[in-house]
Amino acid sequence: MSRESKNIWANLDWISVFLYLALVFMGWLSIYAAVYNEDHQSIFDTTQRYGKQLIWIGTSIVLIIAILFMSGRIFEVIAFPTYIASVILLALVLVAGKEISGARSWFSFGGFSLQPSEFAKFATALAVARYLSLSSVDFKKLSTKLISISLFAIPAVLIALQPDMGSVLVYAAFVFVLYREGLPGYLIFGGVWLAVLFILSLLFDNLNITITISALTIILIFIFRKNKPFPLVAGLVGSASIGFVYTAGFIFNSILAPHQKSRFNILLGLEKDYSAAGYNTHQSLIAIGSGGFSGKGFLEGTQTKLDFVPEQDTDYIFCTVGEEWGFIGTTLVILLFIALFCRIIYKAERQKTAFSRIYGYAVASIIFIHFTINIGMAIGLLPVIGIPLPFFSYGGSSLWGFTILLFIFLKLDAYQWEIW
Amino acid sequence: MKRQFLLYFFFLLVGMTFVARLFYVQVIDKQYKLSGSNQAQQEIKIFPTRGYIFDRNGELLVTNQPAYDLLVVSNNVRDFDTASFCDLLNITSEQFTKYWDRMTKKRGYSNYKPNILVPLISKEEFAKIQEYLHDYKGFSVQTRILREYPRKSSANVVGYIGEVSESFIKRNPEYHQGDLIGKAGIDKAYENDLRGQSGSKFVLVDNHNRIKGPFLNGDYDKPAKPGYDLTSTIDIDLQILGEQLMSGKRGSIVAIEPSSGEILALVSAPGFDPNLLVGNKRSVNYKKLEADSINLPLFDRGLLAQYPPGSPFKVVNALIALQEGVITPSTQMTCHHGFHFGGLTVACHCSGGPMALRKSISKSCNNYYCTTFKRIIESYPNAHEGMNAWSNHVQSFGLGNYLNNDLPTGTKGLVPNSDYYDRVLGYTGWKAVTTISLGIGQGELLVTPIQLANMTAAIANKGYFYTPHIIKEVNYKPIEDERFAEPKKTTIDEEHFIPVIEGMYDVFEDGTARGSRLESIPMCGKTGTAENPHGQDHSIFIAFAPKDDPKIALAIIVENGYWGSRWAAPMASLMIEAYLHDSISRPKVYTRMVEGNLHEDYREQAIAKYGTDSILNFDN
Repeated sequence: MSRESKNIWANLDWISVFLYLALVFMGWLSIYAAVYNEDHQSIFDTTQRYGKQLIWIGTSIVLIIAILFMSGRIFEVIAFPTYIASVILLALVLVAGKEISGARSWFSFGGFSLQPSEFAKFATALAVARYLSLSSVDFKKLSTKLISISLFAIPAVLIALQPDMGSVLVYAAFVFVLYREGLPGYLIFGGVWLAVLFILSLLFDNLNITITISALTIILIFIFRKNKPFPLVAGLVGSASIGFVYTAGFIFNSILAPHQKSRFNILLGLEKDYSAAGYNTHQSLIAIGSGGFSGKGFLEGTQTKLDFVPEQDTDYIFCTVGEEWGFIGTTLVILLFIALFCRIIYKAERQKTAFSRIYGYAVASIIFIHFTINIGMAIGLLPVIGIPLPFFSYGGSSLWGFTILLFIFLKLDAYQWEIW
Repeated sequence: MKRQFLLYFFFLLVGMTFVARLFYVQVIDKQYKLSGSNQAQQEIKIFPTRGYIFDRNGELLVTNQPAYDLLVVSNNVRDFDTASFCDLLNITSEQFTKYWDRMTKKRGYSNYKPNILVPLISKEEFAKIQEYLHDYKGFSVQTRILREYPRKSSANVVGYIGEVSESFIKRNPEYHQGDLIGKAGIDKAYENDLRGQSGSKFVLVDNHNRIKGPFLNGDYDKPAKPGYDLTSTIDIDLQILGEQLMSGKRGSIVAIEPSSGEILALVSAPGFDPNLLVGNKRSVNYKKLEADSINLPLFDRGLLAQYPPGSPFKVVNALIALQEGVITPSTQMTCHHGFHFGGLTVACHCSGGPMALRKSISKSCNNYYCTTFKRIIESYPNAHEGMNAWSNHVQSFGLGNYLNNDLPTGTKGLVPNSDYYDRVLGYTGWKAVTTISLGIGQGELLVTPIQLANMTAAIANKGYFYTPHIIKEVNYKPIEDERFAEPKKTTIDEEHFIPVIEGMYDVFEDGTARGSRLESIPMCGKTGTAENPHGQDHSIFIAFAPKDDPKIALAIIVENGYWGSRWAAPMASLMIEAYLHDSISRPKVYTRMVEGNLHEDYREQAIAKYGTDSILNFDN
């Protein structure tokens, strides 16, 4: 089998590469369509964003080749230094960064800008993978759990200070990674349960929720009264849930900024507002909805073309897909993404080293969170959170970041065949 | 359960949720395709055609002409040569900047939608622009409907239209920005009939705002409903004759059909060509007309100017005196060059000697009417009661109050009563002789030309009048306005009119207007020379004809025209002849009237008022 060959091209997982290239290509077409105007038709026009994106794609390919020809071992070696460097950058950007629309997320060098949080993602992924794969580390110990949580909590906190809440959410991806490595499942289900309670507390009267939860708890205790210690646990969970509902309301009203609150309220249909936060979602839905089943056709979109959709080449790039390629196009993009996630997890599970496996999980989870938040927002299922769609959205930092993230894993995957 | 399955589970859960949601949004739910913000669909407003206005004989007075708004979608504009574009539009680059600023500051301005940059470009100018417009990206045109006045006449009657103001839109939400509305004259008074209803057309547009075709087969389209055509009571040929006669003079001619109250002519001089107030030249021309503070061309003298009626008012006093029984047709008085009472003298230029009622009218004897007025007032226990009785009689002729007609403007004039004099002179400060000049139509008395014409119609009808009005048919159906359907009765019995009308007949036969007598038409009239504190007397004349079956009643005032028989009476005879016989038998009189002017008198007046005659402009 050619897999045993030392040739990197033979060992490379071409399915992932194909999925990557397909997404990048469709992304570029969408950017072209979103900023297209008749006066600048050349795709190489670098005054236009699609021209610049071509440069980013070209340089990404250079990056890919560089990664593929590096030694496979280097990533374990550079994991911690890279992590420390990116944490320092994240700290620096808070001081020396350029403030763009209220957030200090960018370093600006002449004409180009760099967003350190995009690079911190793969650096953190490397560091978590490196730490958990150390032979001295035992995940059963509490200290290990705390250290691995701190590893992604530190950059998350620094990014929260910028503030860039969208990128912070991405670090929730590591919960999946830690779960795979043995983090108790109740933490994940507990988190989901809290999220559900939070939304319920906004939608319904606290008293009604209290009565419902109490009734459910009593019924469960009665049914499982013989399975000790279930009644005790159920009782505790029930009381804690009721307590959370009341604190959640307090947190929501006193801690969240008004614009964040209104984003939630609009999403839950408690507030109607077509001018501010709701405007974006409304326009986005009109663009996507107006595409219909088969779309208006390439470059025929009216909503995105006439700038009704904001950020149409970055955060709302999915609108162009929806409008011009319709339901067929959006479904295709979703299938491509899901296929890529499954492929990465499938591959991760077949890694010979814990480092590669953990890193693979981090890659899939990070891209998955981006995918979920970005498209969820565009189709009005999640509140408005500015976060790019991997491989699709315009932007060099984002494309480079995701390319590096993915191809380090593909290199690690190919490398394990080289070393035998 | 292997832990890796949780992630697979999440992938599928999220993926399926997204696909389901997208299926709903893109395939099932139609609201996003029909949404107003869906730019693929655009509403195009169709402006209704405004109703035409005809004269009483079916001659077109007001018609429509296309004009063009230059539209621009700012976002589609590419770099272009501003200088040549301005040349094309025939404007300076400063004007262009001004237009642009005004557009962007308008409420509802959007970078992505067509906005009006230059409104109401005439069809002549547009022909030039059209050829090159496609060279300029982002610019387009929409057709508008403007007024056109083929007879170039009667600006004060037809009025004009203009863009509706923002404050008006706020109060009347059925109007929208850019709508045209009647701002004066018939166009204002009959706005609701003339306007029609705008329609709309829904079209599909592509991403360049290019129209691709009808939206949903035009099922939602609404055609525009054109406005109603109107038929005016004006006889445009008579109106134009009046305007010609008044050229070089200031004043007014109002002619009414006594049997209906229909206004046959409403001339205000100096006038102007109503086409001056059409389209985008309106504001410049309007300012020019407005600035003419001497001639006041925008001031509709027929409806708004107030003059002392002068001698024509003597006939009303004669009628009141007959009604009150203080004189009879045979009451004789002897004039000694005027009315003398104590130290007071009102001079008179009649030939003197003893005369009865009939001759007192034809000779316009001041003594006769001062005495008559004194008798009227003094036939009551006190001057207050007498004055109020007199005032009520006078007001029954439609004087001293709004006529309440279908013209958008008007004024009350002034018919004093006892309260008026109590206020001005004090309760004990006056008696009959104090107000004696009312007897000869002077003093505090003020009337407008249309009131004077209406008064004449009431005399011609022997005791009643129909409220004068300017429109007789809406949408080719006779108007059903109660205000104009019922005759208004004067307080004078019919029998008293007979001797008075005989006197007015004699005015032409051997009286003050005998020089204007016509062989073919028995006319009745009364000359007047109204004293004017600001300068030369006004020349006034009222008349109706034919004597026994009046078809036309009119009042003419020529400001500073000296005496009644000099201008107003000959003009009246020309108007009557032209209306009744469609011809003018005395071309010399016609020429003298048309070519004669009062420029010298107006110049003297201007110098007296402003110290210079430079503001006078006799062109209009």
